[in-house]
Amino acid sequence: MGKEVVKVENVSMKFNLMENKVDNLKEYVIKLIKNELRYQEFWALKDISFTVNKGDRLGILGLNGAGKSTLLKIIAGVLKATEGKVTVKGKIAPLLELGAGFDPQYTGAENIYLYGAVLGYPKDFIREKYNEIVEFSELGEFIHVPVKNYSSGMKARLGFAIATIVEPDILILDEVLSVGDAKFRKKSEKRIMDMFDKGATVLFVSHTIEQVMAICNRAIILDNGSLVADGPAEEICKLYEEKFIERESGAMKPRKEKDGKAKKKKKKKTVSVEVSEELGIDPEKKISKDNGKNINEIIAENMSDVLSEFITEKTSDNYENKPEGIADAISDSISDNN
Amino acid sequence: MSSAIKNFNKYKYLLMELTKKNIKLKYRRSYLGILWTLLEPILTTIVLTIVFINFRGKSDHTFPIYILTGRLLYSFFSHATKQAMKSIRSNSGMIKKVYVPKYIYPLSNILSSYVIFVISLIVLLGAMFIFKVYPTKYILYSFIPLTLIFILSLGFGMILATLAVFFRDMEYLWDVTLMLIMYTAAIFYDAAKIKDQWVFYCNPIYHIIVNFRNCIYGHPIDMLALKISMAYSFAALFVGLILFYRKQDKFILYI
Repeated sequence: MGKEVVKVENVSMKFNLMENKVDNLKEYVIKLIKNELRYQEFWALKDISFTVNKGDRLGILGLNGAGKSTLLKIIAGVLKATEGKVTVKGKIAPLLELGAGFDPQYTGAENIYLYGAVLGYPKDFIREKYNEIVEFSELGEFIHVPVKNYSSGMKARLGFAIATIVEPDILILDEVLSVGDAKFRKKSEKRIMDMFDKGATVLFVSHTIEQVMAICNRAIILDNGSLVADGPAEEICKLYEEKFIERESGAMKPRKEKDGKAKKKKKKKTVSVEVSEELGIDPEKKISKDNGKNINEIIAENMSDVLSEFITEKTSDNYENKPEGIADAISDSISDNN
Repeated sequence: MSSAIKNFNKYKYLLMELTKKNIKLKYRRSYLGILWTLLEPILTTIVLTIVFINFRGKSDHTFPIYILTGRLLYSFFSHATKQAMKSIRSNSGMIKKVYVPKYIYPLSNILSSYVIFVISLIVLLGAMFIFKVYPTKYILYSFIPLTLIFILSLGFGMILATLAVFFRDMEYLWDVTLMLIMYTAAIFYDAAKIKDQWVFYCNPIYHIIVNFRNCIYGHPIDMLALKISMAYSFAALFVGLILFYRKQDKFILYI
């Protein structure tokens, strides 16, 4: 106790949201000449400062879009803050989206070495731990099958097994405590608890207050990019419940927890809101049966619009996630509305 | 600087893994596998020889060697730069989730292309014996053009990787530029027969090819060509490094 391992000083993060995305040279030059290159500034984080001491288990609470993931990414070194400084002492194990570094063409065994290397483990270490990883992931014979043929649960299991094989000083958990089936979940929880016992510092993001209460001894609340509260977990959880959950339910029904889809939260939210807006459905209201149409029909009708919008919006290369994301959004909105 | 070296050491293994991955996946599911590295230059050289033999006159029996030397260097340059250009985009999943020094991606692509290129040099050795161009002591100097082409490709790769993040049409533009480079590099014709010599001064790889041919044919290194090719290579590397380092923190916002 007492030793600072993570120090976040006046961190702000600015995103430039281009009004219409320019990603080819022709448009860029034309807009540059016409002086139409406009950016809309968006501060995802505003002047955040806090320190985490060794052995602290910090819960990060906040509504969707409050900047939790951005903050974690900055601490993990994936994003660079626009202003401010983050100092981290010790080895970080980021359990963000599990298995994101996998190559689909590679077999599970090959991916263990690749993903291990991505996480910065030395070769000998991976070789030494190889059997343990395979065993923990429960993949058995499938370890020699290309990852593209894996189910999402298998991928997550392997990702979890590799990422947690080290004994990290700092563990970043972004809603990953729900990987795979119940049996594996129990096992993964045990492994994380073991890490806690060994005195790992934990940064934990969750929407489930019970989880935060159970795991963390300290918590902070982010709201629209600002740090609004910092203190012992129980107090903060209570405060969060009072102020935010209530406020949220005034506008929207509280979102149900979804398994292991931590990082997609943000995207999902925007899409599902689009869906419900386009359908003209008030998320608060249930669809009455005499409305004539079945919800599935309405969704089917509007699906293509949403799809095309979604795809033009995110023409990134990792389109593997898209169908899943949309499906989630749809199923979300269905479950919200039913 | 020292922290950069420490960081590089930490990720050296990742660099190796990624390089290995690029090579492995290139030939996975092909029956002949890595043999294609040898077959491809043999086949293209046969085609080019048949097509262009009349330019050179039938008297020159070493024409296939002439083509092969140019063709091998060019195909490395084109393959390596194209791969490096796409590297940031194709690894976007990883870049968004885990911290890894970003230059690892273009560098690993250049390295894997280079390994394949070095293997394909076996074809050149074989051809030299068939067409009786026997190696002299000058062949030892061939490491100079071979190193320069690596530096040049790395420089161009870094520049292109950075630009391709912000502008997707770089890929198409570069395809066209590569074609231009190929036709003005005197791969399958004699440079001396061309009136407009300035064209060759604009070509970044031409002077490297000249010196590589000198080494193979047993001539000394051409000093002017060496200076020009060094200027191109180090300028490209310098610009590439600066551009990449200044823009790398923004990559994640665009991919």
